[in-house]
Amino acid sequence: MQRDRRSDAPAPPGLPPGPRAVIGQSLPRLEDGPLLRGQGLFAADVNFPRQVTMRVVRSPLAHGRLVSIDAAAALAMPGVVAVWTGADTAAIPPIPFRATRVRGLEPYCQPILARERVRYVGEPIAAVFAEDAYVAEDAADLVSAEIDPLPAHLDAAAPPGEFLPGLGTEATVVRKEYGDVEAAFRAAHAIVALDLSVGRHSGVPLETRGAVARYDAARDVLELHGTAKKQHWNRDEIARLIGRPTHGVHLFEGHVGGGFGVRGELYPEDVLVCLGALRLQRPVKWVEDRREHLVAANHSRQQRHRIRAAVDAEGRLLAIDNVFFHDQGAYVRTHGARVADMAAGLLPGPYRLPAYRVAGHFRLTNKTPAATYRAPGRFETSFVRERLMDAIAARLGLDPVELRRRNLIGRDEMPYARPVDALGVDVVLDSGDYHALLDRALARFDWAGTQARLADRRARGECVGAGLAFFVEKSGLGPADGVRVSVDATGSVELVTGAASVGQGVETVLAQICAEALGIDYRRIRVVRGRTDRIEFGNGAHASRVTVMSGSATYLAALAVRAMALETAAMELQTTAEALTIRDGRILRIARPDEPLMALGDIARQMGPNSPLMRGRTPGLTAERWFYSDHMTYPYGAHLAQLRIDRDTGEVRVERYLVAYDIGRAINPMLVEGQIAGGFAQGLGGALFEEFRYDDEGQPLSTTFADYLIPTMAEVPPVEVLIAEDAPSPLNPLGVKGAGEGGTNAVGAAIAAAVDDALGRPGAVTRLPIAPRTMRRLLAETAR
Amino acid sequence: MKPPAFLYHDPRSIDEAVALLARLDNARLLAGGQSLMPMLNMRYVLPDHIIDLNRIEALAGVRQIGETLRIGAMTRQRDIAEHPLVRSRLPLMVEALGHVGHRQTRNRGTIGGSLCHLDPAAELVAVAANLDATIEIVGPKGARLLPMAEFALGFMTPAIAPDEMVAAVNLPLPAARHGYAFLEMARRHGDFAIVAVAVVLTLDPAGRLATCAITLGGAAAVPRRMAEAETMLRGAAPDALLFGRAAATARAVDALEDAQVPGWYRRQVAETLIERALATAHRRAVAANGMAS
Amino acid sequence: MSDGGCASRSIAVTVNGSVCRAEAPVRLTLSDFLRQTLHLTGTHLGCEHGVCGACTVLVDGRAMRSCLMLAVQADGHQVTTIEGLAAPDGSLHPLQAAFCRHHGLQCGFCTPGLLTTLVEFLKDCPDPTAAEIREAISGNICRCTGYDSIVAATIEAARALRGDGTTP
Repeated sequence: MQRDRRSDAPAPPGLPPGPRAVIGQSLPRLEDGPLLRGQGLFAADVNFPRQVTMRVVRSPLAHGRLVSIDAAAALAMPGVVAVWTGADTAAIPPIPFRATRVRGLEPYCQPILARERVRYVGEPIAAVFAEDAYVAEDAADLVSAEIDPLPAHLDAAAPPGEFLPGLGTEATVVRKEYGDVEAAFRAAHAIVALDLSVGRHSGVPLETRGAVARYDAARDVLELHGTAKKQHWNRDEIARLIGRPTHGVHLFEGHVGGGFGVRGELYPEDVLVCLGALRLQRPVKWVEDRREHLVAANHSRQQRHRIRAAVDAEGRLLAIDNVFFHDQGAYVRTHGARVADMAAGLLPGPYRLPAYRVAGHFRLTNKTPAATYRAPGRFETSFVRERLMDAIAARLGLDPVELRRRNLIGRDEMPYARPVDALGVDVVLDSGDYHALLDRALARFDWAGTQARLADRRARGECVGAGLAFFVEKSGLGPADGVRVSVDATGSVELVTGAASVGQGVETVLAQICAEALGIDYRRIRVVRGRTDRIEFGNGAHASRVTVMSGSATYLAALAVRAMALETAAMELQTTAEALTIRDGRILRIARPDEPLMALGDIARQMGPNSPLMRGRTPGLTAERWFYSDHMTYPYGAHLAQLRIDRDTGEVRVERYLVAYDIGRAINPMLVEGQIAGGFAQGLGGALFEEFRYDDEGQPLSTTFADYLIPTMAEVPPVEVLIAEDAPSPLNPLGVKGAGEGGTNAVGAAIAAAVDDALGRPGAVTRLPIAPRTMRRLLAETAR
Repeated sequence: MKPPAFLYHDPRSIDEAVALLARLDNARLLAGGQSLMPMLNMRYVLPDHIIDLNRIEALAGVRQIGETLRIGAMTRQRDIAEHPLVRSRLPLMVEALGHVGHRQTRNRGTIGGSLCHLDPAAELVAVAANLDATIEIVGPKGARLLPMAEFALGFMTPAIAPDEMVAAVNLPLPAARHGYAFLEMARRHGDFAIVAVAVVLTLDPAGRLATCAITLGGAAAVPRRMAEAETMLRGAAPDALLFGRAAATARAVDALEDAQVPGWYRRQVAETLIERALATAHRRAVAANGMAS
Repeated sequence: MSDGGCASRSIAVTVNGSVCRAEAPVRLTLSDFLRQTLHLTGTHLGCEHGVCGACTVLVDGRAMRSCLMLAVQADGHQVTTIEGLAAPDGSLHPLQAAFCRHHGLQCGFCTPGLLTTLVEFLKDCPDPTAAEIREAISGNICRCTGYDSIVAATIEAARALRGDGTTP
């Protein structure tokens, strides 16, 4: 992987200028040791004495009235401890959703076990508790349900049906509007209209979900292990749902085998194991199997857009009118209408757009409930927006790159406030030099040379093409995050954060920031995350927020500890704090850096509660700091793809792929590249391979890894990465923006553009994923 | 996804295994387990007894008998691919095995297991059909030989009685100087084929096609020999046009339809792969004969 | 032994060099035997139907999916798991070290299966091309890395194992 970074970003405030020793370095990860040795602690690795295993019985039908459940045979099996149905959990409220401005979604929330109706294949209808996983599965197979089938509602773009008497399947319509859209369309030089769809797919982490709950009667504490992403919110809600004080519930995170939006949301099974531990007075373990995962964990992405653009004669956007149908699946889960809301608010992306109107029809169907997946609402809308830009270019006979240049927001227009909101905050693009990044990406890809070479190959009969997409991501969702940094008497540092880790390298990145600010080796920092018993509040790991929010809080806390240490040392050394600095964990005089004076551990010891020095003060070389943010940061980038199509089989081979991404400042470029490369592979899955398909009765067809096609090493080409740091964010002290989702964001868009180019037929691709059979049909149509 | 309860037997000899088969009801033979174990884990099959063949040494091994290669049913796919006799005399098998699952599959999977599972898309099934293999079946009444065409009775249905098992497969070796090709189209590397094509052909001294066998896998319920195309090619002077005409016979195949792949797509891919496989096999035959192409 | 069939059997498996004896239900998979009976939880289960490769272990030196084997089938055989890759003194296997240097893992869930598969592959093919590596581990799904860093790590580990050149 080629690396291309500029290191002329200004020094973070509070630190001396010059090259940074730790921030910006591709240091090896702190996480790797146990993971490489097989010593990780994933959800299924958690065991407690006397534990029972829970197995969930799931609905075999997409829609129906649940008449009765017969659990007698299961209960009679040796080794079976209990079997619950909806009647046993009727007192538990349904799974709630997090803050959303959309009202009226409550009736669509999911009960932890179905009562009266089943609404998707895979919906939990009973829970079996048994001595081990084998017996639990045997018993679950004996639980039989009588269900009166009802017609399955499977198309979100079809007229809405009935969810419950008096309640339709259109839960809400997300509407946003600014500018005079009608006037713009009346005045337009041209109007371009498209009908575009994105298929249902999702994160599908390699580790399935898992949850282990135990009730510790001695301390009156309920513990939940195997958690991820949003421990504090989940703790609060679990406590509320089962009627315990919040302080009597604690969530723990071990290792998490990939998150991608799916893991760590609050699901029915999490509540069931907690209830089980309380009622059965034995630890309860549940590990999802892969077939369950593919029908039970959140799906994502399925959306159909009918979109129109009004443009002037030069191809400048005058207005966009965006109507879309969001296939939410059977229930509204923890995200409420967030994905549809983001899709609505963020579709305009990097372009100047005087007028915009969107109506996002948020509709329920009899499929697995949907929620976020890496770049939620953006993978979909980048595909739609960039398809639209290509269509406009084709209509006006303009070069697609030139058309984008004419519409990209300029550097001098930053920060750029768009009169629309997303995720409950106003969209204010904080910084960016979009034109410069586009130029660098084109130069790196040798766009002009590529066009010439592809033209040659096409002339020789090959079906090859190149495509480009520009996008804006969003990251650093606030509003707050806190970090506590403490130095112990050995000079080791503990950093406690309310963030979580889903495997992306959070510990290393936070340790690097802390090490830079404090002046110690990052390997001496232990990062504690994902635990509600160690820090009272936290907002977890999602929405590419950790580096921005927890990173900034880390930075502030570490600077505070640094100041305390220097102050204490200055007293001891009878000098001023300004004359001292910290290097490798030792205090030095700036004037005589070769003479280490005292270690941080010595200072920590002197600041203990029994030290006369600390009389009347709060002891400890420790500081907790909070970082607040009202606005998100907006990284941006371009994807450039070159591919070849086998005319006879319709197979697509990606020959080259470049992701150029400006994230303000890269704390650890190696990890940023890892995020981009991995994100790209997932985007490629969504563009060419992965789809949750259903038959006419709503039976899922993608229930194994032989049917749900995650790209393997043989399908994913190497990706070139250009990390830019042209536009540090003004919204946080480090200038960082999140790096987690840009690799995924525009893959569908760029692949679609390259396929069009290979076919020589603008607008050919209207739906993702592009299966070989679809491609074969497109080829046949093009040949005619 | 845990296997259901069953009783386990691991006989050490073919006789013992056959005796168990005769005695036990609802028993399944466990070979390499690369198909049966997933089916057990998913509880698609619920046998009362598992008879594990992995400890019967007599079932494994490759040897040449005249112009036939006899491969024991429990010979691992990887050992077949690495066997010197197979590499020198049956490169079609090596090429086909490259498409069988992945390294882990081939390390454990066996040829007998694959043939008895008889997945229409399985590579080894197509190879056996293409070579006119004879399947050696043993049962309580002794051994019998069955041509592959009769063995492959229907969709995943081999012609063996519940008390019989496959002991070996006999593969007639093609002439020393032959051309071959095994091509397949799958969504991902190592997946079951949407369509697979096996071709073996030989040339006469004049460069005309002396013999030609073409088998289509994955397209129909059982591997399908393309008899019409074979007849068209036999004795003819090979050229691209002819290969195209022969491949076009795939348009008449009654192709499988499933949720992921429509029949029309299978037919189109079959035509493409047959044409490419013929061209590759011909090129290799020319090279093997030291002819100028 | 051929008998009336058994539901449970006493087995002895040599795991990472030590003989492990245990009573195993016959339907217990090798993966669950390693994870539950022997508490070697480094072997992960990603699909339990033989596609993802996360549960790959070495059986008599060959990479196999432990979710597709019964524990009783390993009786009398040698099994190497991820826990057995590092040297007795704790130092990392060259593949492990190279994965760390090249960021060949993120969440780490697929890593044990990749490493065990690669240990066997590099024995068979000590000087592989990138294409050969991609083919060799196409039976191991990784959802995090995009794979290229794994290829780079493998090339470096192969060089170290061959003993030519020094590793950084």
